[in-house]
Amino acid sequence: MNHFLSIEDLTREDLSGLLDDADEFVEVLHRPIPKVPALRGKTVATMFFEPSTRTKMSFEKAAKALSADTMSFSPGTSSLSKGESLKDTVLTVKAMGTDAMVVRHKATGAPWRIAEWIEQPVLNAGDGAHQHPTQALLDSLTIRQHFGTLDGLEIAIVGDIRHSRVARSDVQAFTLLGANVTMVAPRTLLPVHTEGFDAAVSEDLDDVLETFDVVYVLRVQTERGGGSVFPSLAEYTDRYGITKKRFARLKPEAIVMHPGPMNRGVEIEGAVADDPRALILDQVFNGVAVRMAVLFRLLGGENE
Amino acid sequence: MSDLILKGGSVLTADGITVADVRVSDGLIAEIGAGLDGDDVVECDGAWVGPGLVDIHTHLREPGQEWKEDIETGSRAAAVGGYTAIVAMPNTEPAIDAGHLARFVKERGAEVGLVDVYPAGAVTKGRAGAELAHLDELWAVGVRVFSDDGDVVEDAGLLRRAMDYLAARGGVISQHAVDVGLSRGGSMHEGSVSSRLGMHAIPSAADDVILARDLRLVEMTGARYHVQHLSTASGVELIAAAKEKGLPVTAEVTPHHLAFDHHAVEGTDPVYKMMPPLRSTEDRDALRRGLADGVIDVVGTDHAPHAAHEKEVPWEHAPNGVLGLEWAAAVANTFVGLDQEAFYDRLSIAPARIGQIVGHGVALAEGQVANIAVFDPSVEWTPESTVSKSENGPYFGLSLRGRIVATLFGGSITARHGEAVR
Repeated sequence: MNHFLSIEDLTREDLSGLLDDADEFVEVLHRPIPKVPALRGKTVATMFFEPSTRTKMSFEKAAKALSADTMSFSPGTSSLSKGESLKDTVLTVKAMGTDAMVVRHKATGAPWRIAEWIEQPVLNAGDGAHQHPTQALLDSLTIRQHFGTLDGLEIAIVGDIRHSRVARSDVQAFTLLGANVTMVAPRTLLPVHTEGFDAAVSEDLDDVLETFDVVYVLRVQTERGGGSVFPSLAEYTDRYGITKKRFARLKPEAIVMHPGPMNRGVEIEGAVADDPRALILDQVFNGVAVRMAVLFRLLGGENE
Repeated sequence: MSDLILKGGSVLTADGITVADVRVSDGLIAEIGAGLDGDDVVECDGAWVGPGLVDIHTHLREPGQEWKEDIETGSRAAAVGGYTAIVAMPNTEPAIDAGHLARFVKERGAEVGLVDVYPAGAVTKGRAGAELAHLDELWAVGVRVFSDDGDVVEDAGLLRRAMDYLAARGGVISQHAVDVGLSRGGSMHEGSVSSRLGMHAIPSAADDVILARDLRLVEMTGARYHVQHLSTASGVELIAAAKEKGLPVTAEVTPHHLAFDHHAVEGTDPVYKMMPPLRSTEDRDALRRGLADGVIDVVGTDHAPHAAHEKEVPWEHAPNGVLGLEWAAAVANTFVGLDQEAFYDRLSIAPARIGQIVGHGVALAEGQVANIAVFDPSVEWTPESTVSKSENGPYFGLSLRGRIVATLFGGSITARHGEAVR
């Protein structure tokens, strides 16, 4: 593995192997001193061309837990605002000396372009509405921890699938690990062409609600301006929100997940988010472990 | 001037296709016959000899964007591709919306002297879509093709006025038929690939709704109408139906829409980003059939140079457009496989007719100005470089069949075996 760009590049064995490694890093993170010297002397640059708090912090924590040094780039304060091109920015950071670049960009395929310009491993931390592969790893790990396997599980992904890189990576990862996925959303939030997705499709959440082991709730991108894709947020909540009432109808062992940041009261009711069967904070914790697994896979080899 | 002999090619003459030698002397086709000899002989055995190619849709970027291309480098690329006349789109800076600007482009083209450059004029002032350009002045300096290319003429009322004006004179509207609302924010074809990539996309209907609307305006005004870069199977059907009705419409397809479909975008390499976008495999195949059976009249290159640094960015940030002049003939031959008559029709005769370009695009005859393209349809080759100022060609490394052996402009060789002569 030279880069970590897309779930599509992985086999089931690759994916399971990364989750196995992540299990070990979960154990490391539970130690009194949650740190190993695996990547001492290595530098990881986090290049977030699109604002992000949790993914960036999670990668930085993962790198530090492996004893790597980190440097970070944020577009607001950088020479990007002076008109420097992406390529020059990347080559500049490379010239400072970095062993890997973690890239978040709102343009589709940006991490692939960067991987053409530098030899160091590139980790995709989210590009456009295309891929967010470490999110899919942490989601898979969370489900596997809870159920022991994804094989045969019924998983619903509910919400703005059309504009979601999380959904695209999750569908691929969950199905690769043997789960059955249903994408649930109003038509305006479904991909226009769903035939390329290995998933069932439903526009009626109430019709299919009782069948799921996992309900994965996507964030409604309120900043997108609800009005342009559906008439009102209230209508969305009414038809697709995971309310207490809907939560009560789920299988008793079913879990609820959300990639964050949440809009409480819109796509998920506060009481559901705070229920023990909502594993949202486990997802956040697991994020550090899976990112350690990926960084270790890409950079750890030479130390062995 | 010494005599030049095109030896033993299959010559497209006014009397049909015949294997013959062509003697070019003093800029003219002096003789078509057998056993001719001269000082300079171009071996044309197995090759086609016909009128120089004519591109109805080129972007030369001069004035205003000379870092991408200029009239000289664009003319050179045209010559290498077999062209002797090109129509330069007016989306320069400033836009070619008045007589003196069109005259500049034409005169600069003549000064370079590698092809005849015919400026197209803008339909609206500054291509802003608000009021008519100086159609009168443009007409007076010889402009016959009018286009806001790069943008659609969105206001149907304004387009109707331009059509009324041009119908009376015989000019042609060349429309970039893409609906603004349906294409807003989109940067590729809306289909299975865009859904998988999560990219904002442009449905085929974006092109079709404008084309359907415009065809109704053609019916209303009687104006000549040329649709640029047809990209959809449904668009081919609309054109076929309009021609069935006898409307004065013509259609163009680009080499890239013949060669590729939206699967080329899977790697998000911005060289494949253009407007309209590469569409489905079915669309691509319908375009190939449309060109073969003549529903689509011409190949127009939409040669659109962009500097390396402009394309070396993530997909959504890249400008639209690809190079085309040097490879259009080979691409049409490789992916459509026209016979000699149809080849010169779609790449020379029909575009000259649409653009009302005199002295180009006519079957060879003695006494004519020697504007000639020699094309060997069987040679296999792989493009590796370009003479354009930019490098955004999508055919590098792709195996093509057929190559321009020589281009003669006004009796002088401007390119030979893929090399520009000057």
